[in-house]
Amino acid sequence: MTYRNLTASLTLLLLGNALAQGTVKVGVLHSLTGTMAISEITVANAAQLAVDEINAAGGVMGKKIQVIKEDGASDWPTFATKAEKLLTQDKVAAVFGGWTSASRKAMLPVFEKNKGLLFYPVQFEGNECSPNIIYTGAQPNQQALPALEWALSKGYKNIFLLGSDYVYPRTANLILKKHIAAKGTNLAGEEYVALGGTEFSSVINKIKAAKPDVIINTLNGDSNVSFFKQYQAAGYSAATLPVISFSIAEQEAQSIGPALLTGQYATWNYFQSLPNAANKKFVAAYQKKYGAKAAITDPMAHAYMDVYLWKAAVEKAKSFDPVAVRKAIVGVSTDSPLGKITVDKNGSLTQTVYTGQSGAGGQFKVVAQSGGVIAPQPYDALAFPGKTCP
Amino acid sequence: MDAVFLFGQLFTGLSVASILLLAALGLALSFGLMRVINMAHGEFLMFGGYLTYLASQWVGPQFLWLAFPLAFVGSALLGAVLEFTVIRRLYGRPLDTLLATFGISLILQQAARQIFGSTGVPVMAPAWLSGAITVHGGALDGLTFPYVRLFVMALSALVLIAVWWLLNRSRFGMHVRAVNQNREVASSLGVNTRQLDMLVFALGSGIAGVAGAGLALLAPVNPTVGSAYIVNAFLVVVVGGVGSVLGGAVAALLLGCITALAEGLTSVSLAQAILLVVVVAFLQWKPRGLFPTQSRALEEA
Repeated sequence: MTYRNLTASLTLLLLGNALAQGTVKVGVLHSLTGTMAISEITVANAAQLAVDEINAAGGVMGKKIQVIKEDGASDWPTFATKAEKLLTQDKVAAVFGGWTSASRKAMLPVFEKNKGLLFYPVQFEGNECSPNIIYTGAQPNQQALPALEWALSKGYKNIFLLGSDYVYPRTANLILKKHIAAKGTNLAGEEYVALGGTEFSSVINKIKAAKPDVIINTLNGDSNVSFFKQYQAAGYSAATLPVISFSIAEQEAQSIGPALLTGQYATWNYFQSLPNAANKKFVAAYQKKYGAKAAITDPMAHAYMDVYLWKAAVEKAKSFDPVAVRKAIVGVSTDSPLGKITVDKNGSLTQTVYTGQSGAGGQFKVVAQSGGVIAPQPYDALAFPGKTCP
Repeated sequence: MDAVFLFGQLFTGLSVASILLLAALGLALSFGLMRVINMAHGEFLMFGGYLTYLASQWVGPQFLWLAFPLAFVGSALLGAVLEFTVIRRLYGRPLDTLLATFGISLILQQAARQIFGSTGVPVMAPAWLSGAITVHGGALDGLTFPYVRLFVMALSALVLIAVWWLLNRSRFGMHVRAVNQNREVASSLGVNTRQLDMLVFALGSGIAGVAGAGLALLAPVNPTVGSAYIVNAFLVVVVGGVGSVLGGAVAALLLGCITALAEGLTSVSLAQAILLVVVVAFLQWKPRGLFPTQSRALEEA
């Protein structure tokens, strides 16, 4: 598969040089191999789908988009190297890519040095604001804080924070703890397990001793499988101790096993079940291309929409120059599969937040949504006072 | 710290120990006899997990009766094939074996990815294993013992007893011990060492498969799950003393209890670091592990 992509990219590269007049190059930089491939391949697919649709409809400003696909290989320095290659050798107009915060932080200096433009599709911890990155995934105030508010509105008073041990869960929970304290509610406990960790006996024993009403879960990847198996074995269920997760979407639900997640909650800007017309079209097109049973997630929807946002900004700027596009993209607004979104001047999206409850088949039913769209706040006022975007 | 929490952590220690032992036994066996550092051991665990998944697909919720024999036989066969095609050709070259088995582990991971997809497959414990024994009333009110964890403990004890019996009470075990002590002499007395190597490697792989089937009830089944266990399995083998099954059992118990204690007293994220510091300090004190095996083979290696 990777090899085929590579050959395809090479062929396209050669073709592209011949047809340079009629095309514009963009990079798609995700982990196609390694531990993150499970999440990132489908995100790369979603971006490719958007490109194909745009090309079929005539391209951008009369030019067909040519995708240069690179593999970040779940290795953060590789992301930086490949970003450098895309910007300096291929001279792409924009790059769509990245998943982990570590990969984004590795690419950031490359994009700033080369004045490139990166569209980053995944929810993250905020506390960063580069003029060369369009952060389309949720800021903490568009996922973590609405989830906390929803939990409080349901009457949950004792909150247990459980996460994987790396920058996103640590920072998200730092922000959550400030807000838990400010709201005068109780932090029942906080634990972190190494990425990929499979043993949760002590964690569950601590949860039992702390007697929380709800768990806010920032575990990433397959640790969730172990956690939910062992949580259920200890006699817990969504009815006795609900879990709100920030890294479990439709695809993760499939691999965890929908039966283990029944009744549990997740907070995102997108669910596959959203009924809007743009989403129905997106879901149908994706499943037609990549399989009728393909699960579709928030980062995929963001990645798909990112290509359309870039197109709109290019047409507004009447230029492919990344600096001009970055200027023009502020205020661009569209009816996307996520609902109505607008690009803020800090480079993130004003978007809606949904809380979904997992049902049979691993699909989420929306049980709550923010009253209207929420503007992005890269720096939380309580956790990072005084910091603002340049 | 209240009594319920304390006993809960004690149970955690035993449960973690049983998982460590299950994951490490097969490794201890092949490492002990053949000095083969099998980096693909984790992938045999993974293979056992996938066979369990297949069993659950074929026979429905009561799949465990099929899963364990299938995982054992399947993994043992895979082990035998690998021994015959690769490992046999690299005896006495520990670094080459290390590299070769690491390569095999990557091949097996990618094979799993190609066949089953890069996302994990769901394996649900059967209904009779969901639930827990809960203590009601008294000082320990609310203490729970999940059935799945008790099941894994029983499985681990059973495998340990079976391996101990096989090594110490059977003719096969006598040959294994003889080869372990002095390969040349055993061979000159008529022990078919080539065949024995293959059998031991297959047995170790088969045990890893059984471990994988048991662990699938508590952890994910995906292409990379083996790497979650391999480091701790090596810790158990090294602390226990290379080549000692009893040492492995004691080491697993020790490491499980230290983990549970450290996790209970500090945080889960700090406990892993504490455990590794303890192991490093221990190896300074007893570099050959708890129960060092005296054998000519070891001294040569």
